[in-house]
Order: sequence, then C-alpha cells, then structure tokens
Amino acid sequence: MVSIPALLARNAASFGNAPAYREKEFGIWQSWTWAEAQEDIRALAKGLILKGAGPGQFVAIIGRNRPALYGAMVAVQMTGAVPVPLYQDAVAEEMAYVLDHCGASIVIAGDQEQVDKVLEIADRLPEFREMIYLDPRGLRKYDHTHLTAFADVKEAGRTQGDDAELDRRIAALGPDDTCVMLYTSGTTGKPKGVVLSNRNIIETAKNSAEFDHLRQTDSVLAYLPMAWVGDFIFSIGQAYWTGFCVCCPEAQHTMMTDLREIGPTYYFAPPRIFETQLTNVMIRMEDAGRLKQWMFRTFMDHARKVGPKILDGESVGAWDRLKYRLGELFVYGPLKNTLGFSKVRVGYTAGEAIGPEIFEFYRSLGINLKQLYGQTEASVFITQQPDNAVSADTVGVPSPGVEIRIDDSGEVFYRSPGVFVEYYKNAESTAGTKDAEGWVATGDAGFIEEATGQLRIIDRAKDVGKMANGSLFAPKYVENKLKFYPNILEAVVFGNGREECTAFINIDLTAVGNWAERNNIAYASYQELAGHPQVLQALREHVAEVNASVAEDEMLSGCQVHRFVVLHKELDADDGELTRTRKVRRRIIEEKYADLIAALYDGSESVSTVTEVTYEDGRKGSISATLKVVEADVVDVAPKAMAAE
Amino acid sequence: MAVKDAEGYVTEDGRTIGGVVMEMRNITLRFGGVVAIKDISFDIREGEIRAIIGPNGAGKSSMLNVISGFYNPQEGEVWYRGSLRPPMKPYQVAQQGIARTFQNIALFEGMTVLDNVMTGRLTQMKAGMFAQAIWKGKAEREEVENRELAEQVIDFLEIQSIRKTPVARLPYGLKKRVELARALVSQPSLLLLDEPMAGMNVEEKEDMSRFILSVNDEFGTTIALIEHDMGVVMDLSDRVVVMDYGKKIGDGTPDEVRNNQDVIDAYLGVAHD
Repeated sequence: MVSIPALLARNAASFGNAPAYREKEFGIWQSWTWAEAQEDIRALAKGLILKGAGPGQFVAIIGRNRPALYGAMVAVQMTGAVPVPLYQDAVAEEMAYVLDHCGASIVIAGDQEQVDKVLEIADRLPEFREMIYLDPRGLRKYDHTHLTAFADVKEAGRTQGDDAELDRRIAALGPDDTCVMLYTSGTTGKPKGVVLSNRNIIETAKNSAEFDHLRQTDSVLAYLPMAWVGDFIFSIGQAYWTGFCVCCPEAQHTMMTDLREIGPTYYFAPPRIFETQLTNVMIRMEDAGRLKQWMFRTFMDHARKVGPKILDGESVGAWDRLKYRLGELFVYGPLKNTLGFSKVRVGYTAGEAIGPEIFEFYRSLGINLKQLYGQTEASVFITQQPDNAVSADTVGVPSPGVEIRIDDSGEVFYRSPGVFVEYYKNAESTAGTKDAEGWVATGDAGFIEEATGQLRIIDRAKDVGKMANGSLFAPKYVENKLKFYPNILEAVVFGNGREECTAFINIDLTAVGNWAERNNIAYASYQELAGHPQVLQALREHVAEVNASVAEDEMLSGCQVHRFVVLHKELDADDGELTRTRKVRRRIIEEKYADLIAALYDGSESVSTVTEVTYEDGRKGSISATLKVVEADVVDVAPKAMAAE
Repeated sequence: MAVKDAEGYVTEDGRTIGGVVMEMRNITLRFGGVVAIKDISFDIREGEIRAIIGPNGAGKSSMLNVISGFYNPQEGEVWYRGSLRPPMKPYQVAQQGIARTFQNIALFEGMTVLDNVMTGRLTQMKAGMFAQAIWKGKAEREEVENRELAEQVIDFLEIQSIRKTPVARLPYGLKKRVELARALVSQPSLLLLDEPMAGMNVEEKEDMSRFILSVNDEFGTTIALIEHDMGVVMDLSDRVVVMDYGKKIGDGTPDEVRNNQDVIDAYLGVAHD
C-alpha cells in the first residue's frame, strides 16, 4: 500500500459495508460505510480539482473533528495537493503565519468563525484564492466570488468531475509523496511545517497497530485537534490501515456524553483529560449518600491493591479475585460505563507526565491504560509500553522499527521509518534536527531504566540547567510533581543559575472552587480565590510535600521550591503562554512576568502587577493584581545540619 | 437608509425588509385607573428587527403583551397581515405564527431542555389523545417530525451538550437560550423577545445578539424585542420605538432615535408635568 487514498480504495473493496465514520448530528449517530466514504471523498476530490487543486499546492483545513473534514484531508491528497490541518482555536494572527508560510491556495473552513478569521487576514496571503466552508450558518450573505459551500463543491465534483483524471492522480501518488504537513506549535519561535510522507504514516500506522493488535472492528472517538499529529495517526493513519471506525462528537462540549455513548475500544487522551475526569468523579462522590461513599471507598481500596495485578495477569488469591468481581459489579463496571471506558481495550496517555495516583486509579478499574512517548517529527511513536509492562514514570520500550540512542549529554535520539522528510522551507532547522544517518534529536533528556529496559524522560534537554551551586536543575520534574495535586492546574519552576528555586502556580478552578464551596469560603472571582489565604495555605502544604519528595532524589534535591506566587490568571495559549497543545512556554512567561520573578528573589512579601490578556475574539484587556509571595518549607539536604529557615 | 414605502426597503447591510406585517393603531391600555399605554401607533415590517425601548415602567412589556394577545387593549386596533385582529386567546395568537419569550424565564424547571423545546411544538400537533397514547400512525410521525425540528433548533442555538439536562440546573444565560429555542421551534413568522439580555454578562449578551441576528438572517423571522441595554438595541435593531410613561416619544432608525431630544430627556431625566 503506497498511499492513504490507496488504502481507502482497499477498505472500500474489502469491507465496504463496515462503518468508517460516525458523527452525532441532530441528536442521532449517523454513520458512513467505507464504500460511502470513498464515494463522498472521491466526489469532493473531483470538485477540488475543478477548483484548481493539484500537485505542488497546499490546502489548509481548519475546523473541529468532523467526518467531512477528515474526508477532505484525504481528498486533498487525491488531487496531488498537500493537506495542512490548522488548529481551529488559533487566533487569526497565528493562522496568518502558517497560511502564508505554506502558501495555501485553498482553505477549507469548518464554519463562519473560521471563515471570518481567514477573511480578516486574506490580504496578507498572496497565494490564497479560494475558500470552501462546511457549515453554511451565517454565511449566506457573504460575498461568494471566492467562497463556495462544501456541499456545492462535492456536488460539482459528482456531476462534472473527471473520474479518469482523478484515477490518474491517485495512481501517481507514491510512498515518498507528502501525505500531510503538520505545523508543530513549538515551545520556542515560529511554528515549523513538518512534512510527513505516505511511507512515514503508513509504516508507523502498520507497526503500531500490530503492536497493540488493533482490529477492523475497533472504534475511536476523534476529539483531539485535527492539526495534532496524534489525531492524524489515530484517525487517519491507523484507521485507514486497520479499517476501524472513527467517531466524531456532536460539539466541543458534548465530548464526555458522546464518549459514553460510543464506548470506544481504543482511546487516547492527554493526562489532563484523565485528571479532569478523576476530579469530577471525586467531586460527585462527595455529594453521594453514605452507603455509596462507603462502597466506593471500600472497593476502590481493594481495586488499588489487586486491580493492576489482575490486569497484568499476575496471580491473585481466590478471595481477592471474588471481591474484585463484586467490585466490578457494584462499582468499577458502572463507573467505567459512566466514564465511557467500558469497552476500552487499549488506552494511551502521552504528551505530559501523568500522576501515579491518576494512572493507578484507571488501571485498578481494569482499564488497560499505557503510556507512549512521541513527537510530530517521528509520526508520533518513539516508545510505547507493551501490555503488562506498565508504570507511571517510564514511557515504554522503543516502538517496532524504532532505534533509540542516548548521547553523552543525556539527550534522546531516535531513528525510525516514521522520521519526517523535512521542515518545509527550513533546511537549516531540518539539518539541525536530523543528521545524515537519519538520527533525530528529541530535545528531551532521559535515560533507559535498567530494571525494565524502558525509557524514562526527565525534562526538555534545553530546560535542564544548573543551579548556582552546580547541582542539576530540572524544572519539569518538579512541576509535574506539583501538578499531580488536583488543586494545581499548572506550575512553572524557575531557578536556572540561581541559588534557589521558585515557582508560579495556577490553581485548578474546578477543584479549588469545589473545596471553597464545601468550606464556606466566599469568592467573587478567579483572582480572589487564587489569592485567598486559606488557598495559599493549602498550596503551601502541597509545595512542602513536593519538596520532601524532591529531596529524596539525590540528583535533583536542589530543585526544592523555596517561594512561590499563585498567579492571578490562568496561563493561556491565547496569550502565548502555552502552546496550543498546552505546554508551558518558559521564555515567554519569564519575559512577561519578569516583575513577579524579581519579587520572588528580592525578598518582597507581595508584588503588584498588571498583565495584558487576550480574549477569545482577539481583543486585548488587562488585569491588575497584588500577589502575595509565599515562603515554602524546604527539607534541608546538606550533609551538615544547618539552622532551619 | 433608503426610502420606506409600502413594499419595504433595503438596509445598509443588504437585507431586504418587506411590507408591514403588524400594525398597532392608537392603542390604549388601562388597568383600572392606571393608563399603561396611551394612544400608541407603530408598525412592524416583514423581516426586520424592531426594538421597543424606554425607562422602567414605560409600558414596554404591556405593549409586548398586547402584541402577543395576552392583553386586549380598551382602545385601538391591532392589524396583523392585512386584517383586523379580533380579541384572541394567547394560544390562538400562537397558532397565527407569533411566538415569544418572557422577561422572567417561564420554562418547566423539572423537565429537560429537549422536553421544554418540544413543548414549543404543542400548538402544531394534530394527533388526538388516543393516537398519542398508543403512539401509532400519525402520532408517531408527528413526534418524529417535531423531534427533528427540535434537534435543528438545538443545533442552531448550540445547546447540544445540555439536551438532557433538567432546566433547573442551568445557569441563567442558558435558560434564556432554551426559552428562545422553545419559541423558535414553533417556526414563528413573528418572534417577540421580552428583555432577552436582561441579567446577562457581556459574553452571554454577545452570544445572544449573535443568535438573534442569525435567527433573523437564517429563517427570515421578523423580530420585535424589548431591551434595556441601549448599546445592544442600537446595534441590533433596524428601527426603534421609544416609550416613556405609556406614550410614544420616538420612532425611527437607531440614529434618528439617538438624536431625538425627547428621548435624550427621557433617559437623562427631565421633570415631568
């Protein structure tokens, strides 16, 4: 199989009546078989050819996960052009850079919001000439000279399209032709366009699908951004390779309900989602009656003890096994059903470290949750955990076909069939990332754990630094420990080249708000809650516990947090503080909040600051606040006892 | 704005406004000795967004209740689609294609959003009680049709995620949206909104404005609304009636009204005789 369109033809021929896509629309799940999908996608491709799409061109696709847009990605490839999915929540300014950089001639937009954003920046895009929109709401009165409805393009393709021409173009696609171009959000600098070939995607999809024994009858819920490589691999690569069904939620806010209704067998989520779900379960349990609370506690304690062992097929006593069965009947089964995890055979989390308690919670319920480590440049998979060899602090063994090497500085390198072709129009970065032999630098520092043979990631290589006294500084390591507390949404640790470490903390409004409600603490705003003395006290305790745990690690004991401030606003991708995949952009935060960092180190007790914020519609405003600098307890790790602070 | 004639006119943003749909002629409404509305005349045209504004107690809600047939004025005539409307019961008015929302939300709190929206179809249901009880034939077909309409409106107003949520659990802004959904599902030709943005924050107001404009744009629904928030009114509406102490003190485009001395006086406060 040489290309995604070829896989589509194979699927339509060999199991044309099996569902390829499902989407909830008007309250009902609608489905498309592989045969119908092929017919639709071919019609669209023919329509796109009529619109002038062809080899050498780029077609941008912006919108939420919908079968029509997945189909569009494949249709674009059929015409010989390259699909470029964009993050739908990106502001117009960010889109301008990407659209201009790839020189997209056609944009396929999901709805009015996306159309408006592109029109706003259209005069800065010399190559841009046509826009196609999916949802016609609100667009009827727009100037339609360069704007066409998706349905009309498809209809034109169906009635006036040239099948022979389309077949010729599909046949011309080879394994080395570009399958997709994905822009990495980049924690520093401008986004880079990662070019992935059909070979990259298909080989990776094949290897990883075999690794997890994915089947044609599996199903996934596609809810993560279409512009993210993971979604491309799961919802197009693996889906087309194995022929499983991709289900799309009704709207952004219905994801949890849709998850429950679909009950996918293969599931992927970043740790954040698992955390949120667990927090919600815990909050709702606090509202439950006494009997239910008792049952939940009793059986969850039991599950924690034996659940993971049962999952890994280790031997467990008959009584424990029976009790676990009872628990399945009364607690685990219904809970999994509510969460939408009843049928999950393979679940993955990646992107960030996951808290051991959270990880264990899901595994103890009998959900086969595993970790993987990957990046866009590798077509996702670098390492992944095999069934029955799972732990919270490692990321697994090299995926099939992947070679791993760790250089002297501790940075992880890999080589695999999934390694990207190049960064588009950026030979310098390509050369800097990928060497002549095909080894790619991950930018992450890590080591192979001897006992398990699995890779363990410490931090971003460039973030790992030295403290003033020469000890190792690994901010992510400490931040992750902090973020494992439900009350803490985000943490940023500073200390490179300094005497002591300090931190910014973002509270989690759901968890802290619920706690405040239970304790009769009144607050009027996020800002007020974040600065509440009792909240600060609670966080101070969390930080002290983290310090105690950090102190146990000889290498990193210098990274204890001595002082922190609780930020008055959530770090936000719209303000450039996080990437679209919600990774902290350290340099930008350091510049933006330089006054707060100064206050953390000059002994001030509080600091007043004004911060600019960007609203979702792109307008700007500002928030001013006075933040208290909180001193945290640290564990003294110097060999000789010194007076406590 | 172009000249207004009997056939209608074209607005600055290219929407075509048709002829007069509803005309109020010299309406006077009294409650005992209190005169709530005093000799007011104005018209509503096909496809326009018509606002009624005025300070508290000006008689705006009373006016809307006259339009919706809830109050019958002691004097004056209501002309609807070319004929004089006799005194009617509210349900008869609803059957004429007029739907409304309320200032203090009037939803069934214990029912789900979907059920509430479905009640908006009640006046259009024709199957008898027996047929509905056994749910066969016409009753079943009707229910399917109605559910389809309800789902389209739910999709339109982006309330899919709360479809099965009891209304009592929703925040205020969403309840307002559900009420709008219930009004819309009856496919009204004239939609009356009683303070659709009251008590909302800026974001909710923006959302609601967007929905009102889309309803007008997408379905061509004529909309009459009462609103306190002057900014919203001036942005949304094509023409504005200004009331004060039961009297009409201004009528025209937002710009005309904004520069009307009587209106300025009413809002800034001038001693009344």
